[in-house]
Amino acid sequence: MELPDGLVAVVKRDCPTCTLVAPVLAQLSRVPDVSLTVWSQDDPTFPEGVEQVVDDTSLERSWHLDVETVPTLVRVEGGVEVTRTVGWSRERWVELTGVPSLGPDLPDHRPGCGSMTLDPDRVDELAVRFSGRTLRSRHVEIAALEDEHEALFDRGWTDGLPVVPPTPERVLRMLAGTTRQPDEVVATVPPDLVACTVEKVAVNAVMAGCRPEHLPVVLAAVEAACTSEFNIHGLLATTWFSSPVVLVNGPIAAAVGMNSGVNALGQGNRANATIGRALQLVIRNVGGGRPGGVDQATLGNPGKYTFCFAEAEATSPWESLARSRGIPAGSSAVTLFAGSGVQGVVDQLSRTPDSLARSLAACLRTVAHPKLPIGFDAMLVISPEHGRVFRDAGWDRERLLAELRALLQLDGAALVRGAGGIAEGIPEHLAGATLPKFREGGLLIAYAGGEAGLFSAIIGGWASGDVGSSPVTVAIGT
Amino acid sequence: MTRTVLDPTGELVTAERTLLPRPPSLEGRTVGLLDISKPRGDVFLDHLAGRLVGLGARVERYRKPTFTKPAPIDLRHEIATTCDVVIEALAD
Repeated sequence: MELPDGLVAVVKRDCPTCTLVAPVLAQLSRVPDVSLTVWSQDDPTFPEGVEQVVDDTSLERSWHLDVETVPTLVRVEGGVEVTRTVGWSRERWVELTGVPSLGPDLPDHRPGCGSMTLDPDRVDELAVRFSGRTLRSRHVEIAALEDEHEALFDRGWTDGLPVVPPTPERVLRMLAGTTRQPDEVVATVPPDLVACTVEKVAVNAVMAGCRPEHLPVVLAAVEAACTSEFNIHGLLATTWFSSPVVLVNGPIAAAVGMNSGVNALGQGNRANATIGRALQLVIRNVGGGRPGGVDQATLGNPGKYTFCFAEAEATSPWESLARSRGIPAGSSAVTLFAGSGVQGVVDQLSRTPDSLARSLAACLRTVAHPKLPIGFDAMLVISPEHGRVFRDAGWDRERLLAELRALLQLDGAALVRGAGGIAEGIPEHLAGATLPKFREGGLLIAYAGGEAGLFSAIIGGWASGDVGSSPVTVAIGT
Repeated sequence: MTRTVLDPTGELVTAERTLLPRPPSLEGRTVGLLDISKPRGDVFLDHLAGRLVGLGARVERYRKPTFTKPAPIDLRHEIATTCDVVIEALAD
């Protein structure tokens, strides 16, 4: 938009401060060498006595000038805004106009009113009208007789639960949650290998029920999921149960209202629920990965709707999981893990770290199958009451990991095919070997949960490492 | 009034719901004729029924309670489960 050189004042008659400064604007329009243009938001006959009043009842000019308050007075040189002031302040107006003794009878200052561009009943419509063209996604019309929720189900766009219809207004609001450009490519999403833009992520985030402040977390999760290390394509296609589990670390978790406490892995928190769901919808809709299509899970697991939680860093006995994976302190990050569901661990009697570690190891041994070593990763979520045992004993995360590793060295003779009367197992020739349950880096330890309950959780993984998926941590941007 | 939503997909396929493939012949197939309750629609459908039977089709007749509203779900279900092809008649 081209700005006229000189002074531009944006006003509305409905604003008492604008009517207060109307005589000042009339005065300025009579000063030689001052070129004043007034944009009037609600009445092109206002203010009286000013020659250059431009009808801005469409609010297009005000919107593009990003006016939040009326009156706004702007100095323009060479078509470019140099400075602006809002409301009435004699000192600022004199400084900005270079005209002394403005409005001698007026009070020294008076705050302005809200610009009509910010009226709650206009703001969304204006955003669509003036910036909607930046939205590149295909616009799909829902006919008058179609129920909008049914229409979205009919097109195959939902995970089986209703979604929020992604109207242009909602998508523009969602995009305000990131500083990234709508057309920026976030990742190439399998299985269809579609270049997924920030806008497409925003559309699916709207559908999932996210708020704009959740979008940066979703963007990071999509980026992490689509790395070759995480291997979302294989994870989606497998007959195994697993699907992305999103663990959020850093200040953003509390800032966007995530739950790391009571029922952290369960339902009831909007941020947890919708961030995880948005990632799943991106894979389904943008990537084209659907159950019965590329997704061939034998049974699946309920976490394929959504599985996202935050680490309880404030009360954790350890540094955060993200910090232990190289993210600087004070930064936020997502860690994606190919999780297959939650298995509870109960130990209400251990009061020493050694005893509790043995309990945890005994349960971790059963991940996928007690006779199968190395092949499957796991995430162990330690709750506060179990965490206290390790804290009191001075065990940090590395110590616990090392103890578990030592406890999970398995005797090959007990693992071979046929051992224990169970056909499943490892090949005969490994009978003399000692094998770890988890590969190096294949066991993650996180901390979350409510204050009461001597329980922890094992989230079993999928085929580990290069043959399957490795956990991936990605910093959350803005 | 139509409402607009943004396509959440990779846009590799059309967002329109596609029609089933056209049958090569009507012989032996069940053709439903849906009278939407517009005046004289029945006259038009009577003629069509005669022609269709001549082509070897089996004809089933249906009628919507009113042309102003979509067909009731039970009627749509009955047509969908009974017929191979449906012709919905407009008339005035």
